[in-house]
Amino acid sequence: MRFIKAASLCVLAASLLATACSKSSTPPAAGEDISGAGSTFFYPIASKWADTYKKTTGSGLNYQSIGSGGGIKQIKAKTVTFGASDKPLSLDELNEAGLIQFPAVIGGVIPVVNLEGITPGQLALDGKTLASIFVGDIKKWDDAAIKALNPDAKLPAIDIAIVHRSDGSGTTFLFTDYLSKVDENWKSKVGANSAVEWPAGIGAKGNEGVAGVVKQTAGSIGYVEYAYAKQNAMSHVRMSNKAGKVVEPGIESFQSAAASADWANAPGMSVVLTNAEGDASWPITGAVFVLVHKQPEKPANLASALKFFDWTFTNGAAEAKALDYVPMPEAVIALVKQSWKDNIKDAAGQPLYR
Amino acid sequence: MNQVASVASRASAQSIDVSAMRRHTLWDAALRIGTRAAAITVLLLLAGVIVTLFKGSWLAFSTFGPGFLSTETWNPVKEEFGALAPIYGTIVTSIIAMAIGIPISLGIAIFLTELCPPSFKRSISTAIELLAGIPSIIYGIWGLFVLAPFLQAHVQPVVIAAFAGVPFLGAMFAGPPYGIGVFTAGIILSIMVLPYITSVTRDVFETVPPVLKESAYGLGCTTWEVVTKVVLPFTRTGVIGGVMLGLGRALGETMAVTFVIGNAHRISGSILAPGTTISASIANEFTEAETALYSSSLIALGLLLFVITFIVLAIARFMLYRLKQKAG
Repeated sequence: MRFIKAASLCVLAASLLATACSKSSTPPAAGEDISGAGSTFFYPIASKWADTYKKTTGSGLNYQSIGSGGGIKQIKAKTVTFGASDKPLSLDELNEAGLIQFPAVIGGVIPVVNLEGITPGQLALDGKTLASIFVGDIKKWDDAAIKALNPDAKLPAIDIAIVHRSDGSGTTFLFTDYLSKVDENWKSKVGANSAVEWPAGIGAKGNEGVAGVVKQTAGSIGYVEYAYAKQNAMSHVRMSNKAGKVVEPGIESFQSAAASADWANAPGMSVVLTNAEGDASWPITGAVFVLVHKQPEKPANLASALKFFDWTFTNGAAEAKALDYVPMPEAVIALVKQSWKDNIKDAAGQPLYR
Repeated sequence: MNQVASVASRASAQSIDVSAMRRHTLWDAALRIGTRAAAITVLLLLAGVIVTLFKGSWLAFSTFGPGFLSTETWNPVKEEFGALAPIYGTIVTSIIAMAIGIPISLGIAIFLTELCPPSFKRSISTAIELLAGIPSIIYGIWGLFVLAPFLQAHVQPVVIAAFAGVPFLGAMFAGPPYGIGVFTAGIILSIMVLPYITSVTRDVFETVPPVLKESAYGLGCTTWEVVTKVVLPFTRTGVIGGVMLGLGRALGETMAVTFVIGNAHRISGSILAPGTTISASIANEFTEAETALYSSSLIALGLLLFVITFIVLAIARFMLYRLKQKAG
């Protein structure tokens, strides 16, 4: 009896060890499953798509939401079939690693506030004012700069409490990239990255952390992903865009930003959609970029991954919208498919996607 | 006939003894090898961790030099990193946690061993054990959604107003009441270390021979005198051990602190202001640390935490050594 117990323990330990080893060194080899890793922003829609895709085609997708930085590291190390990042890589960086990237889905970042007497969407801000608030120059809600943009709102004379993300995040990248584009002072003092040195405010972990702190702190301002602001009915801010028009966040304004970008001429499709042209464009919009190898070691895996993304472009729009993501515009999808045909080749030099 | 039988039985008894002995020696040898292997594993693991930390942090230390320890800047955009703010936050939150946690823990332990009616004892002990079993993420969520708003609305405004204008203390409790910050993190940590210190100290207090305490009471000592003159001197090694166990937990705690400390890489004179700790910084930023220097700086933070823990242990050892010498 005791022997059986000991033996079973040994077997258990050995199998644990084996799985641990296989996880760290090789990609999961189970059948046709596609493996991907990266952006946490991409995770909800990726898992929804994967679920439906499995039901209709039978092949599954294993996506680990470990963060964009982790996704980039893993695809470079070739441990996954594709990586996903909120921040596009530059053409040089892509070429160096033998990768190409393409946008898979679009989302937006929304400033949210907690101000008594201000209804959701009542407050309007422009980029420069937003930057001055987050850099700590504008300290009170009844500051002249905010009043000028909101002549009708009753702004309280209380301190502004700034809330930002504490973890490195694509959301922070889009937000700081936008502020850098519209404000020189922000660009020189803080800059744009997935984590920055915040001049003021408190950091909260994840979208849920920022939302939580904003909700319980009077006079606070933070930024969250659109889906998060909408599902939690948070008091959002309207933004004045590059064309000088004040726009509401939403699928239409995100799509307008995506359509205004010059995808065809951007080297390596490296497009950041912040501060986009167009009267209806939401200024803090961004795409999730999928990274794949141009000459994969396992062409069969990548072929099935491309099949999956092809399927999401054709069939995934409704599910994306249901989760408050924006599907890619048709014109961009055509460009992506062309890029697959031109760039991704198997060992014999034949395109993987036809 | 009789003789033959007895000889045969003796022989068989002997053979049984021999095989049993052989089995025992074999078992003993296996035990010896097995336990030694286990002990060596610990050393190998520790060495592996140290080597990995040194290798990983080499880039950061060679780039920034000793300035890494004394710089407050933590700028991922310009890739300038300094560990001063997280080191400061780690030490300050642990000090707050200990300042609140030690008196309460010792109070509970003394009450349980000296004064508590037996019927009440069990429920308090169970409550402490349950407190130890709560996962740290629960403490974090509770801290963010329950404790922080409470402190923000009812405690911090009062404290800020009370100390405003007082030299030193005024600066220590200054600033807008955010609810979350270094002080809140310290409170959460004090609750988290409480069960560790309490259960260890209670156990060692129970090892005091009743005859010692009874003699003291017989001489007319008060309970206070018995605790300070008999129980604590008798158990100081164990008490310090318990405190160090709690301190170790406070220094390394990650999840709960991340939720309530405000995660700002800044050093502020006020303990109500947001700050950060070493482990919170690593947990927050490691996933998105793309560049080699950024990851290396985070690993260097890990190495520093290791060093701080080591120093704390060394101080504890030294204190015990001094106490032993003083006692003669």
